[in-house]
Amino acid sequence: MSTPPIYQSTNLPKTLSAAWRSFRIATWLGWQIESNWTDPILFAIYSMLKPLASAAILVVMYGVITNGQFENPIFPYIYLGNAFYIYVGAVMTGVSWAVIDDREHYRTLKYIYVAPIRLPAYWLGRGVARFLTGSFAVLITLAAGVLFLHVPFHPARVDWPLFLLSLMLGVVMLALMGLVLASISLMIAHHFFLIGEAVAGALYLLSGAIFPLEVLPPWLRPLGFAMPITYWLELLRRSLLGDLARGFPTLSGFSNGQLLGILAGLSVLFGLLAAVTYRLCDHQAREKGLIDQTTNY
Amino acid sequence: MSSEARPFFAPVPKASGWRLFLKTVVARAYPRVIGQQRERSWLFFDVFLSILAVSAYVFVYRAIGAPEEYVGFVVVGGAMTAFWLNVLWSMSSQLYWEKESGNLALYIMAPNSMMAILLGMAVGGIVATALRAAAILLVGSLIFHVQYAVGSLPALAAVFLLTLAALYGLGMMSASLFLLWGREAWHLANLAQEPIYLLSGFYFPVKNLGFWVAVAASIIPLTLGLDAMRQLLFPSGAALGFLTVPVEVAVLAVLCVLFLVAARWLLGYMERMAIREGRLLESRR
Repeated sequence: MSTPPIYQSTNLPKTLSAAWRSFRIATWLGWQIESNWTDPILFAIYSMLKPLASAAILVVMYGVITNGQFENPIFPYIYLGNAFYIYVGAVMTGVSWAVIDDREHYRTLKYIYVAPIRLPAYWLGRGVARFLTGSFAVLITLAAGVLFLHVPFHPARVDWPLFLLSLMLGVVMLALMGLVLASISLMIAHHFFLIGEAVAGALYLLSGAIFPLEVLPPWLRPLGFAMPITYWLELLRRSLLGDLARGFPTLSGFSNGQLLGILAGLSVLFGLLAAVTYRLCDHQAREKGLIDQTTNY
Repeated sequence: MSSEARPFFAPVPKASGWRLFLKTVVARAYPRVIGQQRERSWLFFDVFLSILAVSAYVFVYRAIGAPEEYVGFVVVGGAMTAFWLNVLWSMSSQLYWEKESGNLALYIMAPNSMMAILLGMAVGGIVATALRAAAILLVGSLIFHVQYAVGSLPALAAVFLLTLAALYGLGMMSASLFLLWGREAWHLANLAQEPIYLLSGFYFPVKNLGFWVAVAASIIPLTLGLDAMRQLLFPSGAALGFLTVPVEVAVLAVLCVLFLVAARWLLGYMERMAIREGRLLESRR
């Protein structure tokens, strides 16, 4: 009986080694694709303009209605939620877009399929570049808020361990959600390449990113409480704003530890969902011959 | 069948002139419209998810106690984002995608007008996107109980059609520019989303950005088109409007002619340049 190839091995160290190699190479490849189309200055401007414009839409909306009352606690709530929400679109799109990019643009998905790599690890690696550019965008957006819009930020009062732990856990959770979308992307046409951004746009409503969940109709609120992003954003707000964030009633009954536990539990759930979705979609895509389809109409 | 039937090797009558032009338009529009019907997932990705995204802005306004008319502004702006996304991704960057997939060289070799190809893309895009925009507008209006006060339906229809003509004219013009770009095309189209949502006032009256910013943003037809439509749709629209509707209509008409003429000129210029520099088959990956 012949030995199975390394990428199909049931030996855990070998499996992890193949996954790490796939992730590492995909990270390098993703960064090259994302960044080497222009010079660094234009790339930096490009990375800044989009998130700043997105934040400015909310700032103008808020300013028009409240006549510029930026000191109201709802404003930092909206602004910080929106700033960190950049990660949602960036990470989910980064991971899921790789499928369409490889299948229809570079037409390499079929070769990737036959290469000795772990596909989910490869997709996660492709998403790292967007995570890095997203981090830059989050920093710029936060800096603009603190410098020009009086968003309260005092480094000495920030709960840094809670912030870093929440951020890390949240990014892992978003990457797993991205994997679910990447698997679904195997089965859809290329003009839905914005699936990551579309889903992020939809979750914008349900995650309390830019308004407390109490504003939603009562029948929609349970969906908001089922979203891990809701707890993630609350943790980030609490770690940065302290008591100011606790002034909003949505999750005031939960301690930081409870919120972290819920976030971790939901992340595990999305991990399982990602594994099941990948198996199902991969099987269907092979069955229907969709691995090398092009859908450019 | 009579014995005088045409032998199989007889030449097929070929269309030429305006018939060929029209046939090309229909042929390029066809896959866009039919493709959408075959790929029903657009109902979920382009309508359902878009409504959720638009709803987020509605609830922001409700959270900060905005007048209800602003909810209507957001719903109308949200519906029009479908057209802007279509122009960006299925018009401006389409020739770039066609080049990458190898269709562009076939288009140029075929005995038809490239303007007809672009027009077919635009017509197909308008038909397909109008369905999505209508669905977003209808569902959004029903969910949020948006109250409209349409003064003149013909004026509203005229503004809407003029806006689309100017917008797709802009798309046809930028398609030729994108032809010369490599992967920059993708990133530049990506960049033209949120900044344009901001500058064109998709979610608030553009007047709030200040006169000169609004003037600069008027180069995007949706800026004035949206403003004029809001003035014709909502009682307080006129008070929140940037310019009067007749002035906005006049500017839109000028933009429409300008973009279509520029599209024709640029397409010829870029095609010649791309052929001269050997970029038609180039694929900078």
